[in-house]
Amino acid sequence: MRITCPHCGNRGLEEFTYTQDAERTRPTDGGATPTPEWADYIYLRDNLKGPRKEYWYHSAGCHAWLIVERDVSTHEILSVRLP
Amino acid sequence: MRYSAFSVLTQALRGHTGWKPAWRKAAPAPSYDVIVIGGGGGGLATAYYLAKNHPEVGRIALLEKGWLGGGNIGRNTTIIRSNYMLPGNEPFYEFSMKLWEGLEQDFNYNAMVSQRGIYNLYHSDAQRDAYARRGNSMLLHGADAQLLDRAQLRRELPYLNYDNARFPVQGALVQRRAGTARHDAVAWGYARGADQRGVDIIENCEVLGILQEDGKAVGVETTRGVIRAGKIGMAVAGASSLLAAKAGLRLPIESHALQAFVSEGLKPLIDTVITFGAGHFYISQSDKGGLVFGGDIDGYNSYAQRGNLPVIEDVCEGGMALMPMIGRARLLRSWGGLMDMSMDGSPIIDKTPVENLFINAGWCYGGFKATPASGFCFAHLIARGAPHEVAGAYRLARFAEGKLIDEKGVGAQPNLH
Amino acid sequence: MTGFRLAQGGLVDRASPVKFHFDGKAYTGFAGDTLASALLASGVKLVGRSFKYHLPRGVFASGSEEPNALVELRAGAWREPNTRATMAEIFEGLEAASQNRGPSLKYDPLAVNNLLSPFLSAGFYYKTFMWPASFWEKLYEPMIRRAAGLGRNAGLPDPDIYEKTTEFCDVLVIGAGAEGIEAATQAAATGQRVILCDENAPLVPIDLPAGVEFLARTTVFGVYDGGTYAALQRLTDHLPSSNAPRQRLVRIVAGRSVLATGALERPIAFGNNDLPGVMLSRAVGDYVTRYGVAPGRNILLYLNNDDAAGLIPVLHQAGVNIAGVVDARPASSDVVHEAARAANAPVYAGAAIIRATGWQGVSGAKIRLAKGGDLALPCDIIAVSGGFNPNLALTSHFDGKPVWDAAIAAFVPGSLPPCMSVVGKAAGQGLNANIQPVFHSGFFPGKSFLDLQNDVTVKDVKLAEQEGFAAVEHLKRYTTLGMATDQGKTSNVNAIGVLAQTLGKGIGETGTTRFRPPYVPVAIGALAGAHTGKEFKPTRLTPTHEWAAGLGAVFVETGLWLRAQYFPKPGEDWLAAAQREVNAVRNAVGICDVTTLGKIDIQGPDAAIFLERVYTNSWANLPVGKVRYGLMLREDGFVMDDGTTARLGETHFVMTTTTANAARVMQHLEFCAQVIWKELDVSLISVTDQWGQIAVAGPKSAATLAKIVDSPFDLSDEAFPYMACMELTVCGGVPARLFRISFSGERAYELAVPSRQADALARALMQAGAEFGIAPYGTEALGIMRIEKGHPAGPELNGQTSAHDLGMGKLLSKKKEFIGRAMAARPALTAPIRQTLVGLRPVNPQDIIRAGSHLLPVGAPAVAASDQGHVTSAARSPTLGSIALALLENGPARHGETLRVYDPLRGGDFTAIVTHPVHLDPEGHRLHA
Repeated sequence: MRITCPHCGNRGLEEFTYTQDAERTRPTDGGATPTPEWADYIYLRDNLKGPRKEYWYHSAGCHAWLIVERDVSTHEILSVRLP
Repeated sequence: MRYSAFSVLTQALRGHTGWKPAWRKAAPAPSYDVIVIGGGGGGLATAYYLAKNHPEVGRIALLEKGWLGGGNIGRNTTIIRSNYMLPGNEPFYEFSMKLWEGLEQDFNYNAMVSQRGIYNLYHSDAQRDAYARRGNSMLLHGADAQLLDRAQLRRELPYLNYDNARFPVQGALVQRRAGTARHDAVAWGYARGADQRGVDIIENCEVLGILQEDGKAVGVETTRGVIRAGKIGMAVAGASSLLAAKAGLRLPIESHALQAFVSEGLKPLIDTVITFGAGHFYISQSDKGGLVFGGDIDGYNSYAQRGNLPVIEDVCEGGMALMPMIGRARLLRSWGGLMDMSMDGSPIIDKTPVENLFINAGWCYGGFKATPASGFCFAHLIARGAPHEVAGAYRLARFAEGKLIDEKGVGAQPNLH
Repeated sequence: MTGFRLAQGGLVDRASPVKFHFDGKAYTGFAGDTLASALLASGVKLVGRSFKYHLPRGVFASGSEEPNALVELRAGAWREPNTRATMAEIFEGLEAASQNRGPSLKYDPLAVNNLLSPFLSAGFYYKTFMWPASFWEKLYEPMIRRAAGLGRNAGLPDPDIYEKTTEFCDVLVIGAGAEGIEAATQAAATGQRVILCDENAPLVPIDLPAGVEFLARTTVFGVYDGGTYAALQRLTDHLPSSNAPRQRLVRIVAGRSVLATGALERPIAFGNNDLPGVMLSRAVGDYVTRYGVAPGRNILLYLNNDDAAGLIPVLHQAGVNIAGVVDARPASSDVVHEAARAANAPVYAGAAIIRATGWQGVSGAKIRLAKGGDLALPCDIIAVSGGFNPNLALTSHFDGKPVWDAAIAAFVPGSLPPCMSVVGKAAGQGLNANIQPVFHSGFFPGKSFLDLQNDVTVKDVKLAEQEGFAAVEHLKRYTTLGMATDQGKTSNVNAIGVLAQTLGKGIGETGTTRFRPPYVPVAIGALAGAHTGKEFKPTRLTPTHEWAAGLGAVFVETGLWLRAQYFPKPGEDWLAAAQREVNAVRNAVGICDVTTLGKIDIQGPDAAIFLERVYTNSWANLPVGKVRYGLMLREDGFVMDDGTTARLGETHFVMTTTTANAARVMQHLEFCAQVIWKELDVSLISVTDQWGQIAVAGPKSAATLAKIVDSPFDLSDEAFPYMACMELTVCGGVPARLFRISFSGERAYELAVPSRQADALARALMQAGAEFGIAPYGTEALGIMRIEKGHPAGPELNGQTSAHDLGMGKLLSKKKEFIGRAMAARPALTAPIRQTLVGLRPVNPQDIIRAGSHLLPVGAPAVAASDQGHVTSAARSPTLGSIALALLENGPARHGETLRVYDPLRGGDFTAIVTHPVHLDPEGHRLHA
């Protein structure tokens, strides 16, 4: 797989680190109590086939976090942008 | 027909005309008391133990969308072991180990369970201490464990790289009862055993929907029609989220590809299972002579059963760093399997919020060794409605509650487990 | 010429004879020969033994699809088992040996397996060897393992070196046959950068235009995401062993690819078709035209298509007798008839070969004629062609399922990997003229082989079907068909054909054949490249490494770093050295390089707010010139890391992390800054490598430092109290940062200078402290002192502990938002039953507590139910003796309790008293001493 970093250009997979699904929304309530929304955000995933936005870190490059839209069934990269 | 040396001899003299299919190609009936979804290791073992241990549940069907054993049961690196640390895990895996030890005689199929031992290498004092914690935990749970220092290890595995290593090997945690088994044969043995006990094994039958009435699961819609059921167990690791979504459930799971590798056949070279402690690499040698090895998962969410090149390179680097004699052995095949990577690295065997719908999922890359206990405990749960004593920690609710079983301590990032 | 070398023809260099050995016997070939062609030229037909029955086998093919002729090449540590003789180019002095055989190739006692074969049917081992259970490991399995396997690994470190490169091109053309050359030429004509790869070395130069980079002896073996292809270039495999790189893994990133890999021939199965002398028809042609070798003197051709008829004129022109043409098609064809007439060869239309005859080699064939009746024909080679299979392996690396094309009786590429096109025979074009598919001649009751290497016969396939293993994947797994080193290149299609006949189904509905990478087996050494031995991972040296080495330091791997572990004096072991170093710090002064701690520079108007949110405790109120300890959680509420952060200016902080978590924390902070709170104006950069940092600890630390700090900087307690920081200069103008923080519990400072100055700083400090008895200390002393002080480190920050577990619950601010706040508030993370941090001291001072021991109530049975905790860190303090930190259920309530320290793994079993985790100076007086 190759990802086109907006800063660095087209680079090999080995430069990047995947961390998580970017389709989820982090609760904005400040976290005073462990609500079900927090537990869902931390632990639950849709994990379905097809296109999905996800967070990748250009760990061996410019250290930018990227939102990569990728088809998890084919590994095709559909778009790459900064958060 | 019972399998034995005698039956092989008599059949040989009769031109092998008497062998019957290992399992019937059953067609679906309109309804069953229990449906198990998934013809992999977990599902087949569940059907087998349901029929064997809980005949009171009634008629049982197992549905497989393709061919039996085509998922991770036929794609793994065949290691069996019970060297876990945490109290939520170790009793379960040790129970599984004991089932392995009697499995072939139990289901009358030679799954080539070979207790050739596993060596987990350590390369630092901190790693040694962590293995000591784990080994002591194993002993407290009635499993076997042994801690070797460098000199002892070198006597047992002289071919490791001791003298020119970036991270010198200091010793190993050894479990002598661990080893390997022939993965396909495990699936076939369970299938045959389940079939003989009356389970309808229905291949090429993909589940398209979970039928619900009043919040209860009452059947499945399949490519071979609607099949009603009193209880439904899902055991489809790698696709758990996809199936659960059909019942409206989201899971603490992400699917990731794990690659496995086998070399060309070689005369006996490595007589055990070895895991590298300073890189992503583990290896054994199959009875046919192939070096069977693997390493880390590919690291990103995937439903493509194929791997990437950087991980292949990483695994081979680990292999060469640890045992430079394998440099001239050739990689023959590589393939990918889809892992249910859970949010704490441990599995789920539980009821779901949908009544009569049960789930067995989240095996990460450790499902093969768990196969017997996974099926045994899931069958117990489905039949009795309460968890088996060794699987009581594998609840869905543990995530939200914070009662995690996180052996590696990396938190809710599934690709790091 | 002698033997089977033709008087003329071929592309080998007849002026360059090459001497080599096979099984110890000397032979001569020519430059350009493969081991297979040279052996055939010398009349050697028997080259190996099969996997299961140990039957004699000869050369079958002429390329990488060869299933039979596998040899051990070279000697000693260079021994390379399972090498295809058809791919090994000979060189002067080459040594090769047959493999998987008894003491001699000719007489192999394990060939008895063939007599036992009625009992060794497909999958027989699943049905037996079960009783008694313990016999599997002791008897059955060792027996099976010794018989199985193929060649022998040398068992010695691979002496060769390997390279890797990444190449970029617009078009990758795979295969340099006519079709590939044309595709490459066309692409280059439009100005595109082209890489053309071919598995073999051309025997005659290829004429290519500029813009085409040609890689010979280069096999593209895998297709990966993003237009990445993996290729193996064999650099010196055709040369004697040397120090030059053996092979190169070439990662090719291509805009598009053209697959021009042609087609591979498939045989027709018949009785005893594994005898040496049964060969693919095109291979026979290749040996004649490429190498000037006639594999036999009287060759029988068995075919079912017109393509294979091309062999007839080739043999005729080379002067080789053609014993006959057995054409499986009822009417044969004009093409065959005309070619045969010209070569004076009889044609047996509509006939079939029942079986080959001969011992260890073909001496004849028994034929069933179309009109009935059998005929025995003498011959020394049977050249067989069941048609050609497009060589489409690479198209199925992306889930593409080959599709059966009945018109040419072959599988053709299905869906292709992105940006790949397939041309020529690989696409099924111009193949299998007038073919009538025949996979098995169908008459012989004995063995007709489908998979020659794994000894899978037609009967095995039928038995598998009978036992229900009729899905193609089940068939492969049950019989091992197609699982050998050739990946079934010559067997898969025939097996599906036989299975389809057995099932009475069409081939398309029976199944398909798919190939997994790599296309050909690839040396593990080549995939690893240079990252082996000491170069397995990069080595990070601290800036004072040379200085420490000069003092005789012993180093220890700490992640990628090498750190000084201890500085032994003559006669000291690690413990004596570490305890002396601890005493030096506690009584005088010591220095230690702490550069490896992660250092993150944080700047911007919102830097303080940012820290408020990533740390659990309060930061906004930290004055400039002060340092604070901070605790960081993961989003799931468990502890991620800890460390100190200094406020150098209103908008400027420097954070330290633990060594182990430096990269992880940096990634996490970047996520917080770039994703979660991107509205905050804050910038981060790692400065771990930029600043060399040295801890100066002990009662004489201030006095030591005072000698190197430039004036007017003031180190007095009033001007620079505990937890102060400042920017200053030392040693006459070296810019530096000084932090008054302490890990050891003593009065202590950490002094950071630009990394290139750190070595000189260490030397200056040693000189300055000489009068006080300064000593360098390493990670062992550091560890002892931190355990004495009860500071959590790696074994306690293990990712499973909550702030509560570490006794840091009060660091979780109730007044502000921070990462992990919500999840840390779950009751389960603060439940009393949780294992929490305590100290331990043995009841009997002679006992030594070891990390990894478990904690049980005294008198309780040694079972899991009694397990209440474990020792995380243990040390041997020079003043306190054996001490430890542990995680214990309900720990804080149990100080003073006696527990059993249980370590059955190492034979430890004694009692210890639970204490507060801070073993030494809990009031912190020494910080100000």
